[in-house]
Amino acid sequence: MSAVFEVERLSKAFGGLAVTQAVSLAMAPGDRVALIGPNGAGKTTFVNLVTGHLKPDSGVVRIAGEPLNGMNPMQRVQRGLVRSFQVTRLFPEMTPREHLALAVLQRQGRTGRLYGTLWSMPEVLDESEALLRTLGLEAAADRKVAEIAYGQQRLLEIAFALALRPKVLLLDEPAAGVPQSETPRIEAALAGLPADLAVLMIEHDMDLVFRFAKRVIVLAAGTIIFDGAPGDVTKDARVREAYLGSYADDRSVA
Amino acid sequence: MQSVLSIAVDALAYGMVLFVISIGLSMTMGLMRVVNLAHGAFAMVGGYLASYAVRDLGLGYVAGVVLAVAGTVVIAAPIERLLYRRIYNKPELIQVLMTIGITFCVIGIANYLFGPTLKTIPLPAMLSGPVDLGFRSIAAHKLFAILCGLAVAAALWYLVERTPFGVKLRASVDNTPMAAALGVRTKYVYAASFAISVGLAAFGGIVGAELLPIEPYYALRYMVTFLVVVSVGGAGSIGGALLACLVLGAIDTTGRYLVPEYGEFFFYLAVIAIVCAFPRGLLGKA
Amino acid sequence: MDADHPASLAGQVARPRFSASADWIGLAAILAAAIIFYLLFPNNLALLTRVIGIVMLVLSVDLVTGFCGVATLGHAALFGAGAYAAGIAAAHFGITDPIAMIAAGAAGGAVAGLISGLVVLRGHGLGQLVLSIAIVNLFHEAANKAASWTGGSDGLTDIAPSPLFGVFAFDLWGRTAYGLGIALLVIVFFLLQRLSRSPFGMLCRGIRQDPIRVAAMGASVRKTLLKMYIISGLVAGVGGGLNAISTQVVGLDSLSFTLSAQALVMLVIGGTGSLYGAIIGTVVFMLFEDFVSAANPFHWLTIMGALLVGVVLFAPRGIFGTAAHLFDQWRRR
Repeated sequence: MSAVFEVERLSKAFGGLAVTQAVSLAMAPGDRVALIGPNGAGKTTFVNLVTGHLKPDSGVVRIAGEPLNGMNPMQRVQRGLVRSFQVTRLFPEMTPREHLALAVLQRQGRTGRLYGTLWSMPEVLDESEALLRTLGLEAAADRKVAEIAYGQQRLLEIAFALALRPKVLLLDEPAAGVPQSETPRIEAALAGLPADLAVLMIEHDMDLVFRFAKRVIVLAAGTIIFDGAPGDVTKDARVREAYLGSYADDRSVA
Repeated sequence: MQSVLSIAVDALAYGMVLFVISIGLSMTMGLMRVVNLAHGAFAMVGGYLASYAVRDLGLGYVAGVVLAVAGTVVIAAPIERLLYRRIYNKPELIQVLMTIGITFCVIGIANYLFGPTLKTIPLPAMLSGPVDLGFRSIAAHKLFAILCGLAVAAALWYLVERTPFGVKLRASVDNTPMAAALGVRTKYVYAASFAISVGLAAFGGIVGAELLPIEPYYALRYMVTFLVVVSVGGAGSIGGALLACLVLGAIDTTGRYLVPEYGEFFFYLAVIAIVCAFPRGLLGKA
Repeated sequence: MDADHPASLAGQVARPRFSASADWIGLAAILAAAIIFYLLFPNNLALLTRVIGIVMLVLSVDLVTGFCGVATLGHAALFGAGAYAAGIAAAHFGITDPIAMIAAGAAGGAVAGLISGLVVLRGHGLGQLVLSIAIVNLFHEAANKAASWTGGSDGLTDIAPSPLFGVFAFDLWGRTAYGLGIALLVIVFFLLQRLSRSPFGMLCRGIRQDPIRVAAMGASVRKTLLKMYIISGLVAGVGGGLNAISTQVVGLDSLSFTLSAQALVMLVIGGTGSLYGAIIGTVVFMLFEDFVSAANPFHWLTIMGALLVGVVLFAPRGIFGTAAHLFDQWRRR
């Protein structure tokens, strides 16, 4: 299958320090990829370069073959590149239903409309309702986000991204800050993501990585040092070196 | 040539008065991130107290100034305790409204106590005449204002850069939680900075009384000017505030001399241009 | 109200807390209040009409500050531009039909809104506040300088609106102006209610709560706010135009920082983010001002200052917001 998301020799240096060096990767629809790496490996910079919050020194990012160079973050979202946030960014005074309806309206280019209410747009409400069900948020649907549990907020963060119908979804630590008891629901939500969506998950939690990803990319010092099956990652000498330094003889990575 | 010089002297004097009053606002804004619209009210209080001490009580000028500055700080301290501490870390809108409210109260009370008329602060003989600089003479009080501005700038620079208090202050400005974790008692740093800020405002109000006359609406009339200085210079920056005062003083004074019919049109045009070009102020950090 | 019914049966969508019927109740309440004030103060219709003009300004501030979270101390620029546009249309171009003058006011306000928005939205935090002040002062100085058009500090006079619909003359009693004002207020209020619940209104509330999130879903924060600034200008401009018609003079004070600050104060006293709050705050503030300042303008300042500090400390939601909150809690019990 042809690639929906391509990164080609993306590079960025701050001052003299190269934080991203010629990073290349390609993903096809339906791919489930985890991007991992020790602290300071350049994961955040990579995400910001892809989303357009930082300008790369060189290299190209493509969505469905279209280069995104020179596009601002907003235009990239409109091309189908959507991200979630590591710390939830939601509208505290809106309900989950309103969130999803707003995202659906935005996708349809209707958020500029000055008339009509949600309650007169059944197709928008139906789609929001369907997403609420998919993620098991019906019970919280009409409470203010500030009043619902953090785990539910994380689910809403995922639902909100899905409502934009992305081609490529960047998930930034989707389970961060969620109590242990609620992580199974997040994992279930991740397992239920649309089959044709390409997902790149940035994650620390290796259990989650192994359960979710079919492919793991390891970033260290701004370069990709491993790109392959999850089963092979702990055996890779360079990965062990990057994570464990001189203690590379130790058996566990996570 | 003559007029260029007199514009320059007026601009410098005006700019320095602005600096003495505004620098405290810039400091507290940089440190506590509080948009304090009542800053001009404290300058006005200083002016009123000095006028009362010198004119009505017949004290000497120096004693009057010292007493007025101290008195303003004493008046401001409970206001800081009771009102300001509740709005640190609040949204700007809340800070704006609270401090406008304080300003209105101060105006109303000042008028009740002192009446609506202009209040003068009698200058000692030394400051009331002209001073001969050799090539020309200028009003002594303008020269005095300029010297006060320079002295305040130098003293503040020394305080911030060369004293233990300055170290704590800079640490608190950069990162309050970190400074607190390192054992800086930030609450006292805040209170001390507020006191210095109010004291400087009062001092500026007194020294600048000849240029910005003391009357009840003073607090409202110049509120905007002081805010403009801080946003143009960049909150928390001494150099930025100095630069902003000199630039804005020059633009305003030149405008008044050359195109008086335009009022402050060019002043505000310049403000818009500078703030748009330097959103963080000329020398601002954060 | 619909909200009395238990929320969302399976598969059904819960209705919003303020439903269509509440809209009509709101409009009816405005009309009822208009009649009551007319009967209570038949000799003070000029003041009441001025209140309506300022209500439009405060509603306009609410759109930008309450709905979108942009703090502004320069919104009188939009109001004054509307007043001057209507006044100049009448005094210099012979457009004396009141409806046309209102339209001129709205257009003037919208243009001023566009200019203000372009400038103010470039800044953040303190810079934004200062830019808004600079804009209103710039307008003020420009109006003062262009005295041949605006009358400068003497004010723009020679505004003689022709009878409304060719029938109702603007008499000394100010009945026509009051009627026109109420009609305009009802129309504006109805439209703004719809706007606040539209997709655009939702997006604006989103921007107030988290602009970064709005950008991350692919919407333009700047464009949205600019659009709101223009709408806000339309509303303020209608208010300015109404003022020009009812007082038949436009002064520089309609373009002042003081009026801008007062408008913000009225909004906060009433309650930000709610159209009712804007109206209640303005009416309470202005009638109160009229009574107290007749005695002593400086006492008025002291009282208003204390009131403001009190509202910020003890009732940050304002009169309407606090009442709505208490009512909500009472009903939940």
